Amino acid sequence: MIATKLGISKSDSKLTMAFIYVAFISLFIGGLMGLLQTLVRSGSLSLPWGITYYQVLTVHGVILGLVLTTFFIIGFQYALMAKTVGISKKQRLYAWLSFIVMLIGTVMAAVMVLLGKASVLYTFYAPLQAHPIFYFGLALVIIGSWIACFVNFRQLYVWKKTHKDEKSPLLAFMVVINMVLWFIATLGVAAAVIVQFIPWSLGYAETINVLVSRTLFWYFGHPLVYFWLLPAYMAWYAIIPKIIGGKIFSDSLARLSFVLFLLFSIPVGFHHQLTEPGIDPTWKFIQVVLTFMVIIPSLMTAFSMFAMFEITGRRKGFRGLFGWFKHLPWKDVRFFAPMVGMLAFIPAGTGGIINASHQLNNVIHNTMWVTGHFHLTVATTVLLTFFGISYWLIPHLTGRKLTKKINNLGLIQTVIWAVGMTIMSGSMHISGLLGAPRRSAFSEYGGTAQASDWIGYQIAQAVGGTILFIGILLMVYIFLQLTFFAPKGQEEFPIAEEEVNAQPTPLFLENWKLWIGITIGLILFAYTIPFIDIILHAPTGSEPFAWPIGNS
Amino acid sequence: MENAEKQKSEERVETPNLKGTLLSVLLLGVFIIVSWFGVFALFLSR
Amino acid sequence: MHLHKFEKVWLIFGTGSLLLFLLVIGVGAFYKGTHPSSHLETIDLKNIESHEAFQPDNLGVTQVKEDQYIVNFVASAFNYDFGVDDNGKPLKKIRIPKGSTVLFQATTKDVIHGYQVAGTNVNMMLEPGYISRYETVMDETGEFTIVCNEYCGLGHHQMFASVEVYE
Repeated sequence: MIATKLGISKSDSKLTMAFIYVAFISLFIGGLMGLLQTLVRSGSLSLPWGITYYQVLTVHGVILGLVLTTFFIIGFQYALMAKTVGISKKQRLYAWLSFIVMLIGTVMAAVMVLLGKASVLYTFYAPLQAHPIFYFGLALVIIGSWIACFVNFRQLYVWKKTHKDEKSPLLAFMVVINMVLWFIATLGVAAAVIVQFIPWSLGYAETINVLVSRTLFWYFGHPLVYFWLLPAYMAWYAIIPKIIGGKIFSDSLARLSFVLFLLFSIPVGFHHQLTEPGIDPTWKFIQVVLTFMVIIPSLMTAFSMFAMFEITGRRKGFRGLFGWFKHLPWKDVRFFAPMVGMLAFIPAGTGGIINASHQLNNVIHNTMWVTGHFHLTVATTVLLTFFGISYWLIPHLTGRKLTKKINNLGLIQTVIWAVGMTIMSGSMHISGLLGAPRRSAFSEYGGTAQASDWIGYQIAQAVGGTILFIGILLMVYIFLQLTFFAPKGQEEFPIAEEEVNAQPTPLFLENWKLWIGITIGLILFAYTIPFIDIILHAPTGSEPFAWPIGNS
Repeated sequence: MENAEKQKSEERVETPNLKGTLLSVLLLGVFIIVSWFGVFALFLSR
Repeated sequence: MHLHKFEKVWLIFGTGSLLLFLLVIGVGAFYKGTHPSSHLETIDLKNIESHEAFQPDNLGVTQVKEDQYIVNFVASAFNYDFGVDDNGKPLKKIRIPKGSTVLFQATTKDVIHGYQVAGTNVNMMLEPGYISRYETVMDETGEFTIVCNEYCGLGHHQMFASVEVYE
């Protein structure tokens, strides 16, 4: 066997950059759609050429929620793996295959959406029926991502064989946890798409079991958000300490929190289905309890982050209760953007606890509050961290430098994002509490006083949305600079180290069989009985409805 | 040998000062509790 | 694995708060019966009139006792059918006296719909083949907007009605 060389070679750069190109093109298109939505919903714009609000909304959700995130994450993770455990020629070939399969799938789904044949939003709830090619496209995106999973698993496995008594590099461990999580979760949505939607959309199956399809979707839908979040946590735990001149707070606790995410982020999908008629409320509550378990690793993460900042600050001689706060490199965008993302996670996570609180869900279910919530989680916490990664990763890959000027533009971009999102997400949260529904075009709802209150907040959302779009334009400019125009040079790939006298990491944290076994056990516990109930007590299935979305 | 042992145990005793961290996370906890009970009150009042 | 003393304090505090939340909602759900809508009753999607509640004459507001009402309705893209008013026109605004206990009972004829009475806790999904129910006390006067809050197609935002709670 040829030992693989660690570090990022030219071919590795090309690979990760391919994913990042798709991510930034998606950012631009999806962001433009977002702007259009907020303008339509403020009542100040109607779309030309027969384009519907819901078509635009489908593009926005699919391209930002599924395409941008998945491509950026998989590309970033390939870079992390190449850097920490290496990649062989053959693995790289498969990695390219994963990219091509995912890209073909994305293009297939996108064409159907653009033709107006798939205005089903990114959740594609049956019995609304899109064109079969849309579902085939989704299936290919998932299958492509599975190839990436197995490449990453193989990379760590090969490394382990030559490093028998060593613990795996922290970042490689984290990548593999995230991909195990993704693989187990996507089995659900793949089953729905391949077994239910594709035969039904082709006419081979006359009806579809709607509740089963929704349950499979949300079995995937919640771990999906952790699949977005964990790469951000990777950067927080293992990259940010290096940027601020500190060390990893605790390798063991970082791994433990990732293990807890694997265990508890999947058996919790019912908390997205709390107001549905066909699920036993006791089982809903059991999954609510499990949902609360997945909050604990985020509480641990909050502590680790503050502790990492405080220890580093005190070591640099800053004293007092909050003196350490001042030492942080606020003018380094590689720190500043993710830090604003971390701060956004305080209201974002709090909102999430409220959403999952069983009957409290009645207050906010399917209101604009939910939209406001995930614009804080994925579109601020996760996205600003991804931007924070891009500022060093892209120049590292393209052999350029993050110049002072681009750094300062990045600082401005982060501030623009924070301001725009505070306005937009804030007004979404408030109008949601007042009852404004999400996923709806402009409507006066028969002119009620409540609806006119909502419109005021929708105008605020358009203001926030416009500011955010300026932020996107600036970010795309920064991306182009870092990719094609910044001066040649070497940009650091920052990976933090442990303290010299750090406590050894217990070996059981790398007992994959144990963790995957418990994960499966918890899933079986949370889903077996209610799922059998759903199937045994199912009503007759639903025939397709294509006309409501204009697909006929 | 003995010296090394001693040094090691001393390092273990030395715990970092994390007062600011504790206060920060407790403030975060208070924020969560206040927000949660806020929405709970809304639920009860409706 | 070593935990800093303050981290133990934080984790006990944090987990304790989560347990408190669970206790509050658990008591509410299992003792007071405030579960979210989970009726578990199915209906023949092709023949919803096989269920008494959804026969045309039984749609809309029915008084059961003093202070107790049932509201039956059928959702379809893009409309809520509350039956007809005295003039035979489709009812779009239902009226309930203040302080009444109201049971909303509904199903859908086609795709998934939502049903929220904005400004109240009435918020439930309507799914093909299932009956959704939610009971509430309407003790504030005013006009409350009823909105479909689950995407049901291109006319989704035109699917609404209202409830007037009067003295």
